Amino acid sequence: MATSSFADAGADLELVGIHKRFPGFTAIENLNLLVPAGSFFALLGPSGCGKTTTLRLVAGLEEPTAGQILIGGKDVTSTKPFQRPVNTVFQSYALFPHMTVLENVAFGLRRRHVGDPITKAHEALRLVELDHLAARRPQQLSGGQQQRVALARAVVNRPALLLLDEPLGALDLKLRRQMQLELKTIQTEVGLTFVHVTHDQEEAMTMADTVAVMNKGEIEQMGAPEDLYELPKTVFVANFLGQSNLFTGAVSETTKDTIAVDVAGNRIVVPKSRAARHTGTVTLGVRPEKLSLLTTEPDAVAGQNVIGPGRVIDVSFSGVSTQYIVEVPRLGSMVVFAQNMVFGPVVDRGSEVWLSWNVDHGFGLVDDPHDVPRFPADDDTVSIAAQKRVELTVELED
Amino acid sequence: MAITAFTGSATVQEAVPRKRSWVALVLLLPGLLYLVLFFLVPLVSLAITSLEVPSATTFGQYDAAFNWQTYGVVVSQYGTQILRSFLYALLATVFALLFSYPLAYFIGVKARRWPILQGLMIVLVIAPFFISFLLRTLAWKAILSDDGVVVGALKALSLMGPQGHFTGTPVAVVFGLTYNFIPFMCLPLYTTLERLDVRYLEASTDLYAGPFHTFRTVTIPLSLPGIVSGTLLTFIPAAGDYVNASSEFLGGTSSTMIGNVIQSNFLVQLNYPAAAALSIILMAIILVIVSVYVKRSGTDDLL
Repeated sequence: MATSSFADAGADLELVGIHKRFPGFTAIENLNLLVPAGSFFALLGPSGCGKTTTLRLVAGLEEPTAGQILIGGKDVTSTKPFQRPVNTVFQSYALFPHMTVLENVAFGLRRRHVGDPITKAHEALRLVELDHLAARRPQQLSGGQQQRVALARAVVNRPALLLLDEPLGALDLKLRRQMQLELKTIQTEVGLTFVHVTHDQEEAMTMADTVAVMNKGEIEQMGAPEDLYELPKTVFVANFLGQSNLFTGAVSETTKDTIAVDVAGNRIVVPKSRAARHTGTVTLGVRPEKLSLLTTEPDAVAGQNVIGPGRVIDVSFSGVSTQYIVEVPRLGSMVVFAQNMVFGPVVDRGSEVWLSWNVDHGFGLVDDPHDVPRFPADDDTVSIAAQKRVELTVELED
Repeated sequence: MAITAFTGSATVQEAVPRKRSWVALVLLLPGLLYLVLFFLVPLVSLAITSLEVPSATTFGQYDAAFNWQTYGVVVSQYGTQILRSFLYALLATVFALLFSYPLAYFIGVKARRWPILQGLMIVLVIAPFFISFLLRTLAWKAILSDDGVVVGALKALSLMGPQGHFTGTPVAVVFGLTYNFIPFMCLPLYTTLERLDVRYLEASTDLYAGPFHTFRTVTIPLSLPGIVSGTLLTFIPAAGDYVNASSEFLGGTSSTMIGNVIQSNFLVQLNYPAAAALSIILMAIILVIVSVYVKRSGTDDLL
């Protein structure tokens, strides 16, 4: 067997030129990836983007059509799943229904002939605070408890690489928050390399050191969560990771540090260092929470972009913040998030407002929106869920 | 599902007091009546018959008595056949399981991607039922007969002596039993394997278990309900079978089973008490074996 002892620390994972084709479609196209040892790495993307396939390739449950998989520098491409120093926390947990919780956790240890599997399994169960349920069957536990058992069953083996396949998907929000923190704590404690696949951008950003945003079988952008959020490179990332207001226009003037873009008569300035392209037609963006709502036209100040007047067409209150949708003539609708510093919304529907933001908060993207640019993204999780619901309703009515 | 009916024997006791429902009783009534009329009455009559003594005046007539010695007599007289029946049934069950498991696994798990193939193969497994098993067994008799193809070929290849023959040997009987009960083994295995969640197998390989260990520690335990129903559906009827072992089919004098003995006592020798006693002994032994088996296999919590 390839691994007969516990890994002392996590190993790094390297994917080189991975292609995966299924009959009829390509899931992954030329994927190159390096996950440093001991890091918490998140693969974020919408359903069908190839992230779960990537995970299954690393686990050995699928074979790549082309390319190499290296774990800790060793090529494992042609080895079987049971020979790889990798464990997976499955989306469905896949806890063996014919074994007790304890036996489930001890399963991997027994297979590797590790001494005293029962004691070690109890230790792992204590780590996830479920030792008192060791004698139960998995189906007698709640979803959250099963998830923790699945985690214990994987972590107990001290794999060089721990793969998490949307393990928190089935949990309710409160439990998910709690589990996110616990997972992060466990990862720091045991020092393993975690590769976490999720479609939940918030989960990816709170937990991971490095986030890779995946789309259509390719990695669009990779980096620390705050870098990715503050400076997205592509339209997809700008819209999938949080929300963005995007504008497309031609560069009208260039200074040493900034470029100004003419968007339907509005002059929008962005620092050169934050823009990917400096000439021709470019797409700029700004995050909704960076915008200020003003009820009177502000004086032009250097270092501030101002657009308006526009009309507030929708106000939705969500506790911590309020989301305003402002229709600006010729620019379309813009989304603004405002902290609720006072009680409730500050402007009503129909009010005339100006929008302003610090020039340094804008960003310039590599690509342009392909489809109708002023529509809100329909490829984020919420929209996908909504689309699925509509499809299901239609199907049910048939 | 009717095929897995045997394994659900121990039902969970509900602590909640139930309201007496007349509807349930009324719905149960036809079944209960049927059981009383066609199971309980014959059973009691069989028990009474087994204790009767021969009439002093006429042959084939028996008078009511409490002659339990019949049981001792038949056991000492037919002990060999009783043991042989259970040995043959056991062999047939083991062989049927060995043949059926890979077949059912292929149809139920590997062929999932091709539903048409899956359906076709299931039809092929069931297809023998379209023809009476008496005819099929007779056909085997013809195939395996001394002047048949198989024996001829084996003799030509000197793999069998010039005096050798198949029909009438224990091998032929066990072969016939195995053949006839393979569908009964295959279908329950198929129904559990078809529902087998392959993600458990993936989890097992992910946890360092190779194909052999995965099969032994995950696949087999998860398909235990099918194995239990399949073996019961094969073992019980095979133990009492009197067709395959009959000398008119595949058997001979050296391979007589308990079913043949009962048949001959009832219909040829007209020794009703002996036949009845043998039937009750057969039933009792099967009952004990099955209860121990179901209890030991512990499949209750898998359902």
